[in-house]
Amino acid sequence: MRGTVKPLWLTEMVAVWGYVQRNYFLTKRYFMWEVVWLVYVTINAMAITFIGAGVEASGGTVDTQFFMTYLLVGALLWNYLSMLFDVLSETVSWERWEGTIEYTFMSPSSRITHLLGMGFYAVVYGILQTVLTLGVCMAFFDLDLSNANYWGALLVLAVASISLVGFGVVAAVLPLLSPEKGQQVSYIVSSVLLLVSGVYYEVEVLPGWMQAIATVSPVTYALQGARAALQEGAGIAELWESIRVLLVMGVVFVPLGLFVFHLGERYAKKTGKLKRSG
Amino acid sequence: MKALELVGVDKSFKKRRGEVVRALDGVSVEVGKGEVVGILGPNGSGKSTLVRVISTLVLPDAGSVEVFGTDAVRHPKQVQRCMNRVSVEASFFKKLSAMENLLYGAKLYGVTSREARPRIKDILENIGFAQKRATEPMEHLSRGMQQKIALARALLTSPVLMLLDEPTTGLDPRSKKDVQAFIRKIRKAHDSSILLCTHDMGEAEELCDRVGIMMDGKILALERPEELKRRYATNGRVPTLEETFMAATGYSVEEASAEKE
Repeated sequence: MRGTVKPLWLTEMVAVWGYVQRNYFLTKRYFMWEVVWLVYVTINAMAITFIGAGVEASGGTVDTQFFMTYLLVGALLWNYLSMLFDVLSETVSWERWEGTIEYTFMSPSSRITHLLGMGFYAVVYGILQTVLTLGVCMAFFDLDLSNANYWGALLVLAVASISLVGFGVVAAVLPLLSPEKGQQVSYIVSSVLLLVSGVYYEVEVLPGWMQAIATVSPVTYALQGARAALQEGAGIAELWESIRVLLVMGVVFVPLGLFVFHLGERYAKKTGKLKRSG
Repeated sequence: MKALELVGVDKSFKKRRGEVVRALDGVSVEVGKGEVVGILGPNGSGKSTLVRVISTLVLPDAGSVEVFGTDAVRHPKQVQRCMNRVSVEASFFKKLSAMENLLYGAKLYGVTSREARPRIKDILENIGFAQKRATEPMEHLSRGMQQKIALARALLTSPVLMLLDEPTTGLDPRSKKDVQAFIRKIRKAHDSSILLCTHDMGEAEELCDRVGIMMDGKILALERPEELKRRYATNGRVPTLEETFMAATGYSVEEASAEKE
């Protein structure tokens, strides 16, 4: 307010909280829809896990318990990471749909604050959803998580979240460049990540050119690390390789995402594409 | 120091098929501290682009935009801190309540809930908005009520420059009067400078210190309402503002809007 001058860092922190609180209010308003989505995600994870049992029933020779756990970890992680990616990449299109985008973009809070607030809420919400789904699946299936290093898996997930935020911010720029088709292109990016990152199979089974794409997907390393922690009980030393790559990706993708977003915002302001009707 | 100073601002947009639309053509406008300046113009005359350029949402092709002496293109964050805007669409999260929208809007300007709540209470009382309705989703409120909340949202951040882009368009007569009365109150109670874009002649004449006429991206005249009308007097008869608009542009506001559509 006029007359009370706060330091810049404090006004930005208030704004971060503003984005987090707004998303919390929206989750509350759409509560039934959230419940429906949680049920869908849980049933989807269970259906994928049953594929492991199906292989044995079809005469395959696999360690069923191990394979079911492998599939479940893939399903849960993909649900979490894709949700994080979608929340970030839908930042622009969602506000354009609500009609609030111009008010957000003319406010003095910085774009980093904006995207940080969106990312923070998505991480907290995504972890809660994943823990709930995992709880239901653990009660339903006889999973092999006896050696699981849960803290190690959480650490991998936290580091992976940073690089996924950067990836999502790059995708968020697409609706700025093309109000009509941008969001659809970000869904293609998301589906390519699902295809190449070894969510339900090892990356090694893919053709060489797909394996090359997998090396730049943070989801690949997140899955490798999380599976090692949950299924083999790998400690920090063994997880370090995945964490190191994810950290490097975070250092590269987050500033790159913000830079690309800045360029996209400038382009949208030059061409008048920020406004709702495009 | 002027609250707002635009000098020679140009803005063109490329449409599909390579057609170029010149939305602003050498626009120069000044708004003094505490002054209310109205811009009258039909739909498509460039009023909203003008507001978007000032509010840092559109980058001009040429010219300068200064808010209290600060270059809005080079230092947008500094400028954004001291202004706010009300547009023709209320633009809220429709499922959230008025209170939730206001708290969110305040936080983007660094105003905490603790600071905002008593201020929201005061503002809502001032505009005759029942406190209990503040917890209802925005989509349950009438257009007039939504527009009052939009004004409250702008006022909550104590802007020294307010940009009002057709704030009463589409409102029923009662809501229109309420919103206009609130703008008058803002003017009295705060030392805000206001740029009001409208195509309502009565509103411009009643609320503004100076009125400009805008057509095809150009400001044709910008003077005190009485001086503006006197300029187009014929045979000693001072015309109404509507007649003045027709004399300046060759169209009535309705005709000019239809021409653009």
